[in-house]
Amino acid sequence: MTATLVEIRDAIRSRRTGAREWVEQAIAAIERLEPQLRALVSYDADRARKLAREVDERIARSQEVGPLAGAPLLVKDNICTRFGPTTCASKILENFQAPYDAHVVERLEAAGAIILGKTNLDEFAMGGSTENSAMGPTRNPWALDRVPGGSSGGSAAAVAAGMVPAALGSDTGGSIRQPASFCGITGLKPTYGRVSRYGLVAYGSSLDQIGPFARNVRDAALLLEIIAGHDSRDSTSVNSPVPRYTAALDTPLDGVRIGYAEEYFGEGLDPEVRQAVEAALDVYRSAGATVVPIHLPHTKYCIACYYLVATAEASSNLARYDGVHYGHRTAAPEDYIDVYCASRQEGFGPEVRRRIMLGTYALSSGYYDAYYLKALKVRTLIKQDFEQAFGQVDVIACPTAPTPPWVIGEKINDPLAMYLMDVYTVSANLAGIPGISIPCGFSGAGLPIGLQLLGPHFAEERLLRIAHEYQRHTDWHTRAPQIAAG
Amino acid sequence: MDRSKLKIRPIIGMEIHVQLATKTKLFCACPIEFGAPPNSRVCPVCLGMPGVLPVLNRTAYEHAVRTAIALKCEIARFTKWDRKSYYYPDLPKNYQISQYDLPLGFDGAFDVPVDDAAVSNAPADGAPADGEPEGGRPTDGGSASGRPESGVAAGLRTGRSPRKTSGTESTGYRRVGIIRAHLEEDAGKNLHEKPGITQVDLNRTGTPLLEIVTEPDLASADEAYNFCVELQRLVTYLGASEASMQKGQMRFEPNVNVAIEYDGREYRTPIAEVKNLNSFKAVRDAIRYEIERQVSEWMADPDYVINKRPKENRGWDDVRGVTEFQRGKEEAHDYRYFPDPDLVPVEVDDAWIESMKDSVGELPLERQARMSSEYGLSSADAATILADRATADLFEEAAEAGHPPTLGKQFISFWSAHANARNTTIAGLGIDAARLGELSKITADGLVNATAAAIIAEKMLSSSDTPTAIAQREGLIQTRDEGQVQAWVEEAFTKNEKAVQDALANPKKQQQARGFLTGQVMKISGGKADPKVVGKLIEEKLAKLSQDL
Repeated sequence: MTATLVEIRDAIRSRRTGAREWVEQAIAAIERLEPQLRALVSYDADRARKLAREVDERIARSQEVGPLAGAPLLVKDNICTRFGPTTCASKILENFQAPYDAHVVERLEAAGAIILGKTNLDEFAMGGSTENSAMGPTRNPWALDRVPGGSSGGSAAAVAAGMVPAALGSDTGGSIRQPASFCGITGLKPTYGRVSRYGLVAYGSSLDQIGPFARNVRDAALLLEIIAGHDSRDSTSVNSPVPRYTAALDTPLDGVRIGYAEEYFGEGLDPEVRQAVEAALDVYRSAGATVVPIHLPHTKYCIACYYLVATAEASSNLARYDGVHYGHRTAAPEDYIDVYCASRQEGFGPEVRRRIMLGTYALSSGYYDAYYLKALKVRTLIKQDFEQAFGQVDVIACPTAPTPPWVIGEKINDPLAMYLMDVYTVSANLAGIPGISIPCGFSGAGLPIGLQLLGPHFAEERLLRIAHEYQRHTDWHTRAPQIAAG
Repeated sequence: MDRSKLKIRPIIGMEIHVQLATKTKLFCACPIEFGAPPNSRVCPVCLGMPGVLPVLNRTAYEHAVRTAIALKCEIARFTKWDRKSYYYPDLPKNYQISQYDLPLGFDGAFDVPVDDAAVSNAPADGAPADGEPEGGRPTDGGSASGRPESGVAAGLRTGRSPRKTSGTESTGYRRVGIIRAHLEEDAGKNLHEKPGITQVDLNRTGTPLLEIVTEPDLASADEAYNFCVELQRLVTYLGASEASMQKGQMRFEPNVNVAIEYDGREYRTPIAEVKNLNSFKAVRDAIRYEIERQVSEWMADPDYVINKRPKENRGWDDVRGVTEFQRGKEEAHDYRYFPDPDLVPVEVDDAWIESMKDSVGELPLERQARMSSEYGLSSADAATILADRATADLFEEAAEAGHPPTLGKQFISFWSAHANARNTTIAGLGIDAARLGELSKITADGLVNATAAAIIAEKMLSSSDTPTAIAQREGLIQTRDEGQVQAWVEEAFTKNEKAVQDALANPKKQQQARGFLTGQVMKISGGKADPKVVGKLIEEKLAKLSQDL
């Protein structure tokens, strides 16, 4: 399936192609591709067919339908749904059935979208390759021996391979933007508080944000319009009006200032990535934008700061998976302490255990000030870096990831090398600002490269408009991997 | 060592958990209901399901702040929520949402009446002497600073003030410093009803609790007892809590140690915290037990002192009347407190704090003093009326048009009897202030007598007529016509010859016989005879008869 969300929507509404046909196309693509990609944790074809039939019947009776009526979508399996399990790709939640729908699921379904199933991820969204999944790794549609990025690797691979036109992911340190980059699609992490986290299984609560994957900026804007907005069930959700992002996309760029921070082009950046991103800046220059050098002096502390804040919060957020109330419980515990220890030891994979231990350490008495508290102070400095930068420029452009996707298993025994791959993405989460990754070229080996644009708080409209401008001048986003064609 | 040569001074601080009177839980909309079937008052949020988020119950915050204001605390303009981590089956998230370093209230003080005149005569509001209403308590000890360290209580803790025991009426106040008051969520309950298995009931999970921590300003088990009683009175008066002991809505944890003066030196025993007491009596008994235990341990082991032994947690065995070791400091949890990223900080401004202060109004002890002097009530009667705030408000409204001392007597006697019989409060009887006041007034004016007033009161419960109208209808207006009363007296004397003989002949029974005859006259008159006239005429009649003898 190569149609975009907007095309599908228009075809259904104008009765050219029914919802049922699109859903059948998606199911066929999933059936064909899933054995190779392993992008999904679960999916329910019967439910999707039933919902599609209802949409078609409503349209046939000329009844009102939502803005996404009939559009087949997927959501990351750390977003709670009443239908199907919500596993977080963890053994500990292997059979967990959520008793409620996440806010974004309610919004999508109210808009008429058909959620086919749930996508694979690094366990509890901890990772950047989708290799840390209890269900096994997802493969990159552009090169099946390579990672799709992560943690929302399943959603990115599914959209890139044409299983669905769009999907939802979550981004705590780059988990939407980096897999979007690795899979050659568009992925947006909204401002912290723009989309309700109610029903998103928490990893790092002060960093987590749900956002869209799509094949172009317009579709991402359309999805954001649906899922953004205030939700009283999330105290950190912000009560400010949601602009019509799609309406503003075609406003021409006039005197836009794009920030170029040399800190994002230093050591460790793959030359092919650098070249592609700098070429993208030339595209903007020729479209009338100015590229302005800026500084983000605390960039070098971002990784350390992120891995303290995120793991500290994770160690607390994941304490509830204890084998007592729900989820995996060890078979024959010696006593109640053993219920905790053995259930958790058996239920969590190695990366999750590592991060729980790191975070527990950072919050422990005697270490709190040196680690967690210091990280909070650095976080403030990182925020200030961006505030100052956005006094000078409208957006900041940089690579999404330092390299193209790597070979599965290549870094799995080197967690630190893996953490360093987050160097360009974590700062947006620490600062709470929105970021988008759009395709900007390919490596010599044919692997996608992503351009990241960062904007000030609640400047999604601007970010989407500037990203869309790039897609008006380039066709990287229209390219699909071989596998998609079938 | 001779026990009688030791000078023993207990040092007691309290930690109290008060369940706030909200309809719903602190961070979700589940109803709070005592005694509901297990796990029937729960939702994904209080069950700690994956992906759920807490949302603050504003009413709980208001109750907490109002209580903190009544405890004379400073109110924080900025507070936040912290996670306190520990693993326990009744704690679904394995962390409790609480307030760690920024409690909503801090640096307060609570004056507790104690049976010890020397403690302090600090006024309840710590105001200077001339600020007290006429007839109020003397205020020589009033410390406007309100800080326990600098106040009178602190001086006492070092033993400088003389101590003495007073009589039955409280005459002194112990100023107890309040270190902090903060809001947190309660845990569920582990049930061990079946052998070999533990079941968990999460109905209580997420119930709002106000935790209050005092300075170690209490000097005896009785003072601690009084403190707890007064605190219960305060929170119920404020409507902040039902504070029912049976429902576990108030739980106490005294921190106890003892300063022992021996041979010119002072020794202090290690602090013991007695966990989770749920009655006033348990507080008193556990503290008494701890004082004796600590002194005995110190006598047996000179190293049983605060710097050589860790603080310990102890549990109270109500049946055996002993405390038992639970946990030492070396086993203490590292709670790994950190700010809860799911909740936003609470920021309040001065105007909001003022509005909370207005809603708190006059505090029970201050109001008791004022009502007692303003309306001529005894302190005990004022306290009884104040047990329910609405009843006290009703009293004050009724007093405006009525006769306050008589109204007070009527509140304490028949009105509270009617309320008790109906399992409600006087305010709950639904009789308006105007009629209550009028009844007290016509009684005081002598239009009806006390007996008739009680009859009228009973009729008022089922009629909306005025007391005067009822008195007229029922023929209860007092008769002062001496001719008529004389006829009733004559009848009484004729019918009760024996009593008359006793009154005349037997000096021992004279008083009793007169009372009896008065009662008979009242009875014959149907309650209408003016008792003063009756008394006068009986005296005259007896005098005449005795002359005739």
